[in-house]
Amino acid sequence: MRRLLILLLCLFPVFSIAGEAKDIAKDPVLEKRMIGLADKLRCLVCQNESLASSHSDLAEDLRREVRELMTKGMSDDEIIDYLVARYGDFVLYDPRVKSTTLLLWFGPFLLLGGGGVMLFYQLRKRKRLLMENDTALTPEAAKRAAELLNEQKDTQA
Amino acid sequence: MMRFIWPFVIFIVLAGFLLVGLNLNPREVPSPLIDKPAPAFTLPQLHDPSRQFSSQEMKGQVWLLNVWASWCVSCRQEHPVLMDLASQNIVPIYGLDYKDKRADGMAWLRNGGDPYVLSIVDKEGRVGIDYGVYGVPETYVIDKQGIIRYKQIGPVTVASLQEKILPLVAELQRK
Repeated sequence: MRRLLILLLCLFPVFSIAGEAKDIAKDPVLEKRMIGLADKLRCLVCQNESLASSHSDLAEDLRREVRELMTKGMSDDEIIDYLVARYGDFVLYDPRVKSTTLLLWFGPFLLLGGGGVMLFYQLRKRKRLLMENDTALTPEAAKRAAELLNEQKDTQA
Repeated sequence: MMRFIWPFVIFIVLAGFLLVGLNLNPREVPSPLIDKPAPAFTLPQLHDPSRQFSSQEMKGQVWLLNVWASWCVSCRQEHPVLMDLASQNIVPIYGLDYKDKRADGMAWLRNGGDPYVLSIVDKEGRVGIDYGVYGVPETYVIDKQGIIRYKQIGPVTVASLQEKILPLVAELQRK
């Protein structure tokens, strides 16, 4: 009896795998294409997961939808348009370049350029200051410098 | 002194952006369907599956489409608000029973009261996808021309009703 029970329990994982496998379509090529596309799309329920990896109900529905649209012969771009029309740019992990996303795309380069310009002017200013101060020492100053250097040597010794 | 002004200004601006960002709700994704025609649908009614309801029937009226489900927890929170709104007869509310079992949906309306003129059943969630539904409850304000004018994500509250939905409905009804 006990042995039978253990055997039954061992079978459980097999059943649960069978339960989860319903997402796998009959056509492995199409399924691969679907997963490839869903990887680039955000699941709106979990927000930090892609449509391909999410287990939410909506993600499952949307994967089914994408699969069906692919069977209808729609291209990847057409399917992306279809989803953006319903859920907005937020579904895209790679936002499109348009007037509202210009700052998002090019802002970092703008900051980098601004930083570069600032650095350039700072360095030029510093160089100019160094040049201005780089005059020959007066005899008194030279003597004092030598004294100071000797003093340091003495303390170190 | 002047050399500290610019870093300080930049810091304040950045802190301002971050402060605003902290107070935004990432769950509220702006819908691209605002000011676009509401996707047309024809679905079986909840109480009488032999009868269909089509969104086209609502042309010429301002109406609310409320997406709900018996399994939806936040719907319980918004339900009294909808019941109250329905009793005032300001605007017709139609319910879209989203990914629900018919019997469960009917039982839920029997127990909690039915604020809807009628409910339709979107068993597979396909109309939900057309409307960009990603979290139930959601409520759409649709005008006389069948254009979506507003989308409430999450439960309708007394505040959102007073501040946004009712003034908008009144404005759309005057047009």
